[in-house]
Amino acid sequence: MGAFFKEKTMLEIKDLKVSINEKEILKGLNLDIKPGEVHALMGINGAGKSTLVKTLSAHYDCEVIGGSITYKKKDLLEMDVAQRANEGIFMSFQNPVEVPGVNNSYFLKTAVNEKRVYQGKEEVDAMQFLKHIKEQTAKHGIDRKLLQRDLNDGFSGGEKKRNELIQLLLLNPDLIMLDEIDSGLDVDAIKTVANVINAMLDGKKSILMITHYDRLLELIKPDFVHILSEGKIVKTGDYNLALELDEKGFEGIGIKDESK
Amino acid sequence: MSKNKQIHDVINSDYKLGFETLVESDTFPKGLNEDVIKAISAKKEEPSWLLDFRLKAYKRWQKMDEPKWANLDYPKIDYQDIAYFSAPKKALDSLDEVDPEILKTYEKLGIPLEEQKLLAGVAVDAVFDSVSVKTTYQEELEKLGIIFCSVSEAANKHPEILKKYLASVVPVGDNYFACLNSAVFTDGSFVYIPPNTHCPMELSTYFRINALDTGQFERTIIIADEGSYVSYNEGCSAPSRDERQLHAAVVELVALKDAQIKYSTIQNWYPGDETGKGGILNFVTKRGLCKGDNSKISWTQVETGSSLTWKYPSCVLKGDNSVGEFYSVAISSKAQQADTGTKMIHLGANTKSTIISKGISAMHGVNAYRGLVRVGKNAHNARNISECDSLLIGNTCNAHTYPYHEVKNMSAQIEHEATTSKISDEQLFYIQQRGINPENAVSMIVNGFCKEVLKELPMEFAAEAKELLNISLEGSVG
Repeated sequence: MGAFFKEKTMLEIKDLKVSINEKEILKGLNLDIKPGEVHALMGINGAGKSTLVKTLSAHYDCEVIGGSITYKKKDLLEMDVAQRANEGIFMSFQNPVEVPGVNNSYFLKTAVNEKRVYQGKEEVDAMQFLKHIKEQTAKHGIDRKLLQRDLNDGFSGGEKKRNELIQLLLLNPDLIMLDEIDSGLDVDAIKTVANVINAMLDGKKSILMITHYDRLLELIKPDFVHILSEGKIVKTGDYNLALELDEKGFEGIGIKDESK
Repeated sequence: MSKNKQIHDVINSDYKLGFETLVESDTFPKGLNEDVIKAISAKKEEPSWLLDFRLKAYKRWQKMDEPKWANLDYPKIDYQDIAYFSAPKKALDSLDEVDPEILKTYEKLGIPLEEQKLLAGVAVDAVFDSVSVKTTYQEELEKLGIIFCSVSEAANKHPEILKKYLASVVPVGDNYFACLNSAVFTDGSFVYIPPNTHCPMELSTYFRINALDTGQFERTIIIADEGSYVSYNEGCSAPSRDERQLHAAVVELVALKDAQIKYSTIQNWYPGDETGKGGILNFVTKRGLCKGDNSKISWTQVETGSSLTWKYPSCVLKGDNSVGEFYSVAISSKAQQADTGTKMIHLGANTKSTIISKGISAMHGVNAYRGLVRVGKNAHNARNISECDSLLIGNTCNAHTYPYHEVKNMSAQIEHEATTSKISDEQLFYIQQRGINPENAVSMIVNGFCKEVLKELPMEFAAEAKELLNISLEGSVG
């Protein structure tokens, strides 16, 4: 491997230790993600999957107590939430937050323009933005009526996830983190999600996804499957590991589930 | 008299040197007595009836007590320790003498340099400019028979109208502060719109108040004659540099049959610092009388400044089918306290009122909505809808709602809704995760919360209000 791959690493997590409310959740986690790779994170509840994704987004609950995270050769821990987002880190929320009073379309346009300004590009005006939205949603068959409403306000579970997809498409991030984007979705909706993600994969973008179901993994084939247990990655394999897990369960592949 | 002429000359010329001296020498000594009131009246060359009006008010005020019912905490005001005729701000010779923090605020508001000087109280010829700007308007308005001048000017040029309407909506003894204002008021606008006239432009005090550098005790009177319409904007968008200071204004509106008055305010007096030091004590009485049938008065206010706000713009709905509206956004951040709301007094039949109040509290701010809806016994089919929402930012602020209802006619329909919400950490995190910085995230939520009120403001005013909301809440999220 050596120097060639090292140079191309997008995300490098070393011996990461994170606590939430003074309880240590991640206990020395290591993970490398290179451009274009799809990584799936699996594990029993409470293993620390969401904590990892939240830590990468600088969530206020997560206190990093050890280790390092390098992203695009920069120290990620030095950046705040918005900066990380503008550097191309996107986290799809398990439960997208409702923000009454804030128009969805206005919100998204602001976000798109913040990123453009961050990158030293000119802001898009309302007309350009609408055109862009129409193109992107039409291309993937996503209903854009959601944009006229307030941000996630009164959305159904499915609508919230669809809204996350629209944001994902327009913000066009480099590291896409999906925290159970498939939860609560029917088969057709999961297919839409997979189509969007697959269409976005251009060999440069990377994905870190948390899922309990192999349904999503069938549609978005991971290059790596990691099993997380007690705050560490204990097993890494390819797609076959997910299949094995589906067949034998966590205990069957030697992972203790202390919650049972 | 000679002093008066000197001030007048300075204002009307670009003579910069010595302005400070002139202002200082023209400040009355502290204290209030009959001689001070006589001197104010003399300076303004007022007719004797107006002096009598002032003196009567003063006698009455001496027998009154300061109200204590508001949810406000402030040290006792020593009324003998205040100068009653004075430019409230020190005149400066250049922008270099202005607090850099204030300049930063101006930059954020996008106010041009010349205007910055004006707002900061620097003696520049822009004062002259603004006077001439106003004169241009005045000519155009005069053609339509519209009167738009200062109260002092009206006392001499239009005494019959002023005499008829002065204190006709807010009686001299209405309350302690209104009574004090009646005795010592120094300036204010006078507007008269003749019958069936639609005032073709937004009337605004923005220039004049800043130009004359007054504003402690204004008195504003607006009369919309039958079938007329006027939209009036009051902008106190100059952050004042003053020490803790009293501001007691009175505004009276009269709408005759089929007339409409829309009154918008952006109040941004100096709020004081985080410990509650400095800032304006703002005790304002604003009331509109829907005197004729089918008349309408609409108050819209954005209250971002002042250390302390005591203000209840009200409507007396006397004419049948008359309509009163109150739209308010009040922010209390730092150590600000706001006790504000409205009174809707339904006297005529089929009268309607709408109250939408949005209170935002941050840091150590205390915000209270206090509102009265009174339905008189002859007010058949009166209707009121009230919506009072509070938004809390952080854990150290307060919000209170005090609605009062007095209904003496059984056909009345009254609805009251109140909500309290808090900007959650998770909302802020979500917005930031999409690349929006924390301050913009807060401003987005706050603007969303206030949008029902902001949309009532005239367009340029609304843009200014949004900026102000952002600036006022800056630093409130850690």
